[in-house]
Amino acid sequence: MKIYVTFNLNITRNAILKEQLDRLGFDYTIENTQEISFKNKLTTEQQLVLAESLSTYGITIIDDQKTELVQRIKDTINEMLADEEANLYKISSYLADKLNYSYAYLSNLFSESTYTSIENFVILKKVDQAKELIANTDLTLTEIAYRLNYSSVAHLSGQFKKTTGLTPSTFQKIIKKRKEFNI
Amino acid sequence: MSLKILNILLADDDEDDRWLFQKALSDLKIKTNLSLFKNGKELMEHLIRTETTPHLIFLDLNMPLKNGMECLTEIRSSCNLKAIPVAIYSTSSSEKDIENTFVNGANIYINKPSNFADLKNAIDKVLQLNWQYHTSNLNKDNFLFRI
Repeated sequence: MKIYVTFNLNITRNAILKEQLDRLGFDYTIENTQEISFKNKLTTEQQLVLAESLSTYGITIIDDQKTELVQRIKDTINEMLADEEANLYKISSYLADKLNYSYAYLSNLFSESTYTSIENFVILKKVDQAKELIANTDLTLTEIAYRLNYSSVAHLSGQFKKTTGLTPSTFQKIIKKRKEFNI
Repeated sequence: MSLKILNILLADDDEDDRWLFQKALSDLKIKTNLSLFKNGKELMEHLIRTETTPHLIFLDLNMPLKNGMECLTEIRSSCNLKAIPVAIYSTSSSEKDIENTFVNGANIYINKPSNFADLKNAIDKVLQLNWQYHTSNLNKDNFLFRI
């Protein structure tokens, strides 16, 4: 005798992933067809085991070295912004020194996989720090500009406006109202 | 080139606007997967049903059955949906409207541009920025952007 079958690929995929991930005892969420988030960072060992169990089903983990290097660039930028002494260096020489690749290479790789440039990312990060300080402290804008190594308040305000489309004071007003509404 | 695909939803009752948005999106370098909805009610029904979490939702403000503001409020008060970035996509440029959407939890406010090149440019900027918030350790509570 013969039987005929049909697949709902979405269900098949999720069922396979769930079975394997549960078997290995991970705490995870299947975000969408291409992404799984893990509550805890996987060790290299765990990644290898997972990669092997999934490969039986023709599922490959995309984790190339480029992605990892991009992450290292981001980590190094964060490190640099948090360190007052490192802040005196130029970002290009700092990254090249720390990561041992030419800045041109790093810069190309970064733009290729993040849709933004290293320079823009640094600005975004600094503005993010400024936002934190505006939202959670009583520091004045002058103090924040000084702390984040901006040459002047005008420079900080300009970059803030360019990055968020809002002035620092409008931003502050919105965040304050949000807190009142408890969102 | 990144392999990731951004899942994007748009709710807009104007057919031309939906078409233009889709056209602009397909011209961009960032790879996206777009789902369209004719009003807020359709969108919310989809959000409750679906298992995939979108990376970004674009909401028109004036829509029949359920408007953008109602959707925003529902999204922000739902445990499952509240972390999704929301972009308001509207013709209103009243400061009060804009501030109000931000206070109610919108992350992005886009004034519908009057020409196609500007529209493409605006969507591109928004997606790039959203991507940074999605992939880097930036504080999502402070994610506000107006264009």
